[in-house]
Amino acid sequence: MEFTIEVGRYNPEGIYSDAAVPGKPFPAPWDRSPVRRYQTYKVDLPEHAVVLDALIAIREYQDQSLAVRCACRSAICGSCGIWINGHANLACKSKLQEFTKDGTTRVESPPSMPIIRDLVCDMNPFWEKHLAVKPWLQNKQPVPPPNEEYRVPNASMEELVQEVSCISCGVCLMDCESFAVNQEFLGPQALAQAYRYANDPRDAQSKERLGEYSKSGGVWDCTHCYECVTQCPKGVEPLEQILKLRRMAVDAGFTNNPGTRHADAFAESVRDSGRLNELTLLPKSIGYFNVVDQLKTLPGAFNLIRAGKLPPLVHKKIPGLSRIKAIFQRVGGRFK
Amino acid sequence: MKVAFWPGCVSKGACPELYVSTQAIAEPLGLELHELYQAPCCGAGVLSEQNPELSDSLNGLTLAMAEAEGADLMTICSTCQGVLSNHSYHLARDKTRLDKVNATIADQGFIYKGTTKVKHLLWMLFEDIGIDRVAAKIKRKLTGLKIAPFYGCYILRPIESLGLRERPERKNYLERLIALLGAEPVEYKGATKCCGFPMLTFNRDKALAMGGNHIMEAKEKGADLLVTPCPLCHLNLDAQQPDASRVLKKDIDVPIFHLPQLLGLAFGYEPEQLRLNHHVVSTKGALEKVELKV
Repeated sequence: MEFTIEVGRYNPEGIYSDAAVPGKPFPAPWDRSPVRRYQTYKVDLPEHAVVLDALIAIREYQDQSLAVRCACRSAICGSCGIWINGHANLACKSKLQEFTKDGTTRVESPPSMPIIRDLVCDMNPFWEKHLAVKPWLQNKQPVPPPNEEYRVPNASMEELVQEVSCISCGVCLMDCESFAVNQEFLGPQALAQAYRYANDPRDAQSKERLGEYSKSGGVWDCTHCYECVTQCPKGVEPLEQILKLRRMAVDAGFTNNPGTRHADAFAESVRDSGRLNELTLLPKSIGYFNVVDQLKTLPGAFNLIRAGKLPPLVHKKIPGLSRIKAIFQRVGGRFK
Repeated sequence: MKVAFWPGCVSKGACPELYVSTQAIAEPLGLELHELYQAPCCGAGVLSEQNPELSDSLNGLTLAMAEAEGADLMTICSTCQGVLSNHSYHLARDKTRLDKVNATIADQGFIYKGTTKVKHLLWMLFEDIGIDRVAAKIKRKLTGLKIAPFYGCYILRPIESLGLRERPERKNYLERLIALLGAEPVEYKGATKCCGFPMLTFNRDKALAMGGNHIMEAKEKGADLLVTPCPLCHLNLDAQQPDASRVLKKDIDVPIFHLPQLLGLAFGYEPEQLRLNHHVVSTKGALEKVELKV
């Protein structure tokens, strides 16, 4: 069966990132990537072939200059994470037939990462984030002399099977929408690992970890878009782990941040009126004493008033509110 | 066709134009809207992340109310769709969770059997109302307009609970609808990406840059306007657009239409009837292309 592959080739003449250009903040990923040229190849492969088969066939039999990174070809090593038709995937796990769109498959280095050559991107930003969450067990200090090996109940490790399945391929970070505008963000892979270590009964630094992860660039910088859940080839569901970390951080007392205030204001509004009160949500989330940030929202409010879109000043309660209050009373936890 | 109608908080708050335009198009589409006045906010994912059991119970109540109406639950918000789909998916499969919900809502006079189907208006156009009926109601072709679709994350992801595994065509309904109404759909990467709204209160400038970048990409591809089935996306893309222009240091100026507003125009309603004169970003330029004024 013949397949057509369009490969994004490194163009040394191409202009690198305009991220470095002063006065051009937050360039979109496609503004940031080097100009690439696309080269089309035709390969003859069996119906069940994957994208990586095509790339290897091209390199072996048509064009030795093509740079491809791969190793195990079995979705274990995590080397071949790449952009296929505009989304990050493992090339060894993506069937060509499923990814053929309008008769062709487009493969390129992900624009969110620096490029080294052709289909090989620089994974350093990924590893820096991975290391930043301290993905190792931290013992009590000073280390107590062990009487025996550290035993862990089965159940507590079963809890972590999902996170341990991560193969560090970086696919989630390549497609992370927060990372695209915020290089500081630790990103889905690192935070999923953060959850794994914060929850390991052998780790003695869980609370300190939660404090670190609650800071700027941490769990509250996720935009909740589910790209990482959709793209992860191993079912790690990083977003779900980030949400669990948020809960753990709040429970551990790290509440002085806009994320927690936003959640609290949201819950109060639903409890007290059954609906979201848009008028108070933003100021409550920012914090009434944060005058500078409060002022920043004023032009937006004026725009709404001018358009005749300001929510009603008297926030209406839904009929049958007592039901909602009773539910909060029963299962509302800290929102009672 | 009778539907249990869940308008969501935003169409009753900062986006009244969405509510008004939905009411307007219901009649030509043959939709009999039974609004769930007593249903609570879906929690927009914020409540479920902080307290999953509370979110299960509140949304279980809404699903039970729709079940009692004996009709599918129709949403007009990608976020409500995502949250309610998620809960209906899990409650239909996890008996323990369902029992917990029922233990809570039984006191309030409701029991949820786990049968409610949650469908966004966009899906209903294709799957229940029928695209032929929509086509038959068109009185004003939107020829000459280039329209960029903007879905909103929660109507696309996660794919299991939204039924996209069984119905992958749901990923292209907006493009098909735009073409059906006589306009030209703009193809761009931002169509399926995040508007940034969930981060707006924690990380304002980044959230604005995120939405602004997508609109700019559509504009560079020639879009006269964006259309979205999500009022939260609308808030970030329209109401916050002047601020996004400031952050990006670019003049964006692209109007954002709600899905029912676009349908309403094609069905022959006047822009004022759809409150197209109540947007932060003026809709004037786009409407002039189809010889309409606001």
